[in-house]
Amino acid sequence: MKKMLSMTVNGAPLEVAVHTHATLAEVLRGELGLTGTKVGCGEGDCGACTVLLDGEPVNSCLVLALQAAGRTVTTIEGLSAEGAAAGESLHPVQAAFVEAGAIQCGFCSPGMILSAAALLRRCPDPTEADVRVALSGNLCRCTGYQKIIEATLAAAESLATSHAGDNSDREGGRP
Amino acid sequence: MSNHRILGTRAVRLDAAAKATGRALYTDDITLPGMLHGAILHSPVAHATIKSIDTSKAVALPGVKAVLTAADVPEIPFGVSPARYDERVLARDKVLYVGDEVAAVAAVDLETAREALELIEVEYEPLDIILDARQALAEGAPQIHPMYEGNLSARVEQEFGDVDSARAKATVICSGRLESEMQDGAFLEPQAAIAELDDQGNLTLTTSTQSVHYIQRTVAMVLSMPVGKVRVVKPAVGGGFGPKAACSTMELLTCLLARATHRPVKIAFTREEVFLHSRARHKFIHHMTLGASADGKLLFLDHEALLDGGAYASFGIATVYYAGSLLGGPYKLPSMRYKGTRSVTNKPTCGAQRGHGGVIARALFERLLDEVAEKLGADPVDLRLQNMMEAGDVTCNDLNMSSLGMRECIEAVRDGSGWQEKRGRLPRGRGIGVACGFFVSGAGYPIYRSDTFHSTAEVKLQEDGGTVLVRSAAADIGQGTDTALAMIAAETIGVDLDQVRVISGDTDLSVDLGAYSSRQTLMTGHAVREAAQKVRDQVLEVLAERLGVSMSDLRVEAGLVLPAEGVDLDFATLRTQYTKEHRGWTDNPTDGPLTFREASRLAFLERGTMVATGGYKPPILGGKFKGAAVGTSPAYGCSAQVVELSVDLETGQISVDSVTDAHDCGQAINLTSVEGQMQGSVSMGLCEALFEQVRFDAKGRCLNANLADYKIPTAMDMPKVDCIVVETDEPNGPYGAKEVGEGAIMPTIPAVLNALHDALGARFERLPLTAQQVATALRTGRPVAAESPQPDTKGYCKIDD
Repeated sequence: MKKMLSMTVNGAPLEVAVHTHATLAEVLRGELGLTGTKVGCGEGDCGACTVLLDGEPVNSCLVLALQAAGRTVTTIEGLSAEGAAAGESLHPVQAAFVEAGAIQCGFCSPGMILSAAALLRRCPDPTEADVRVALSGNLCRCTGYQKIIEATLAAAESLATSHAGDNSDREGGRP
Repeated sequence: MSNHRILGTRAVRLDAAAKATGRALYTDDITLPGMLHGAILHSPVAHATIKSIDTSKAVALPGVKAVLTAADVPEIPFGVSPARYDERVLARDKVLYVGDEVAAVAAVDLETAREALELIEVEYEPLDIILDARQALAEGAPQIHPMYEGNLSARVEQEFGDVDSARAKATVICSGRLESEMQDGAFLEPQAAIAELDDQGNLTLTTSTQSVHYIQRTVAMVLSMPVGKVRVVKPAVGGGFGPKAACSTMELLTCLLARATHRPVKIAFTREEVFLHSRARHKFIHHMTLGASADGKLLFLDHEALLDGGAYASFGIATVYYAGSLLGGPYKLPSMRYKGTRSVTNKPTCGAQRGHGGVIARALFERLLDEVAEKLGADPVDLRLQNMMEAGDVTCNDLNMSSLGMRECIEAVRDGSGWQEKRGRLPRGRGIGVACGFFVSGAGYPIYRSDTFHSTAEVKLQEDGGTVLVRSAAADIGQGTDTALAMIAAETIGVDLDQVRVISGDTDLSVDLGAYSSRQTLMTGHAVREAAQKVRDQVLEVLAERLGVSMSDLRVEAGLVLPAEGVDLDFATLRTQYTKEHRGWTDNPTDGPLTFREASRLAFLERGTMVATGGYKPPILGGKFKGAAVGTSPAYGCSAQVVELSVDLETGQISVDSVTDAHDCGQAINLTSVEGQMQGSVSMGLCEALFEQVRFDAKGRCLNANLADYKIPTAMDMPKVDCIVVETDEPNGPYGAKEVGEGAIMPTIPAVLNALHDALGARFERLPLTAQQVATALRTGRPVAAESPQPDTKGYCKIDD
């Protein structure tokens, strides 16, 4: 049986008919074609399907699509759009991952980047230990995490620098 | 070391932005019009005969478009090594492990396909199960696979030099055992494949693979199609590490379902299926005796190994050879005897995984080296340095160390880790350990006997002259091959990296054996370099003709054509010609030197498309003995690591505090990627040492076929890895380059074992080094003993229901 679901995805309100048992990951990837959200296990173990639900990272394979009713969802595509809105080709966290060599096979990257972005919104000046804890739900088999951690810390710095010269209260700088 | 503009820099990877934005497409991200979804019925029992299969209810389910059983698919056997083609697409009479493929369905959606699987009725008659390699080889054990009498999948017996007489001369002799557990690849992207047939009968298989070439050959063979009608394409791949190198039943079923339904079909593995299909690291049991003279010279190694192979051979024949041959170096070892055995059991099939076959063998060998050092009262670093081979040395099993920065690596980790201040001086519970290792830069021979080129590549200059297109069937599975190839092309032609585009991973583009045995930087690198050089020369030839100079008067640098010293170039006419062609364009060159873009546009106008091919096949390598091919390579990368760790003396929990890692990769191509491979290797090795193990119950069912119960490292588990890149000039590598992807895992496990000895004074014999195992050792005063690699006469399991 299908039900209508209203939610805001990457800043745009939308309505979509979904199976009541469909997960958010399935609807994002299937009905909405947002394949940047990856599914590595479908059981909430790997974190590849991480999206932000009302700003908080969740495993979208463990969230029923209908649970997102009336809420806002940010996927990796939405983070890119935020970067584009700021006149950059990439969001600062994405740019830092690209620059630091934090991306190898890339399958964990969208989820990892969203977890890192969520951390930096909550905690703009994290320690290395903060980063490790925040990313501990996102598995990566390629990198040994070192360049991912370096990238997240570099992103924190670049966000701090951009905010120092910009007094407007951009959403990306919200503590 | 050398004067390169592009090589040895930190290039941003070509695919990084697409992966960061989620735009990179992996197989399961692709949907084709009219595409069906496939699903596979796996055996729920580990060993049984199939009495009957009834698919009628599944066929009748609305939405189901095809149901295949063994009766509907080719009987042609396949596998990795032609001498051991031991797999069939679907089980006919017998299933050999929990997960063996019994039937497949294609339906309008995945839900329907899965529902149909539940409607297929299979009647099994249980057979006795064997889950242990030693029991499998014991006399009287029931035969699992019809091809393998006595459950013997492969046996290797080799001797180099005279071990017995060396043993008689040795004053220090150390023996030991090490037993590991089966590991999973645990790449983040589960395998997926999409097959479609066009109206001319051409098949395109899009798949998450490490080798489009081997998949193409296997699909063509099993489906009885000409190779040229089978195209295999690799989109972005989410890691492989070995298990994705062989053609899988799933890939074949996708093709067969597409053929049966005349529609595109996708099959995507669940995470559980990744574990069941496996093809990952074997369980190894090693026993070694290592002898040295009183003055510390290594004299012999006597080595026995038993590999638990699971149900089929896969890459396992190479694995059992590698487990012996990769101990020939990097130390001067005059004699070596190896008896390797691989058995089949009723478990998922094991195959190749990072450091193929050599990882656990290396771990025990390096542990024994420390024991020899201890008996001699020598520093483990000094003993290693004393016995280290040098560039140009050949091992007793005929592996030629054409370059070897092993000494530089071990000195770098000694000095970088504070070894001399810490060794033997840390408090109980803290320890420091060292180890070394090496690995091939590409297998010397393909997996099927052939004189094939191992790599061909094409470099084409687009007719605008400004873009270099590299076309190759090589597989970038995350390690960064595309970027490395682009860097080699840019360096060779003399243009900037952003002028190069790479398309790869497609059998329509070239022949390349793919991403395994750490081969692509060296082999594909050679092919690309040759093609790039040829295409540059074609341009310079036309240009020299037009300018009335000789080709040697011209060079290309940073995208500009520059005259040699003392040569005057008058290219005003050429520039005018180019500008006239581009009237209205705003980016025409106006002053300054002639650009390569202008030059190659001119060459196109005169001679048509500027395109060249390059190819590489290794020279004849290695000795003449049986199995001599395995372990041969044009070049060997090598590494040394120092691990520092702490043990909780109450719980036995090990924390690795730091790793100092040095690797000789020849000429580094992309420094950032070199470090990435080093850090990734350490991560896989550390967690194989500390906690990874695939577990089974008494009925052969996998107990932890998920990423919650099967532990791979998280960001919380990994220490800082201090990477030191050692560069040598490898004479057989393109620009002196060689591997880094697998050699870097070799020292990790033994460095942990040696550090643990430094911390607790005990030599551990079983992996992984779980807290439980360490705590038991702390309580009882001795570690749990490993099994012997000899078969055991204990009974096998009876199914009790």
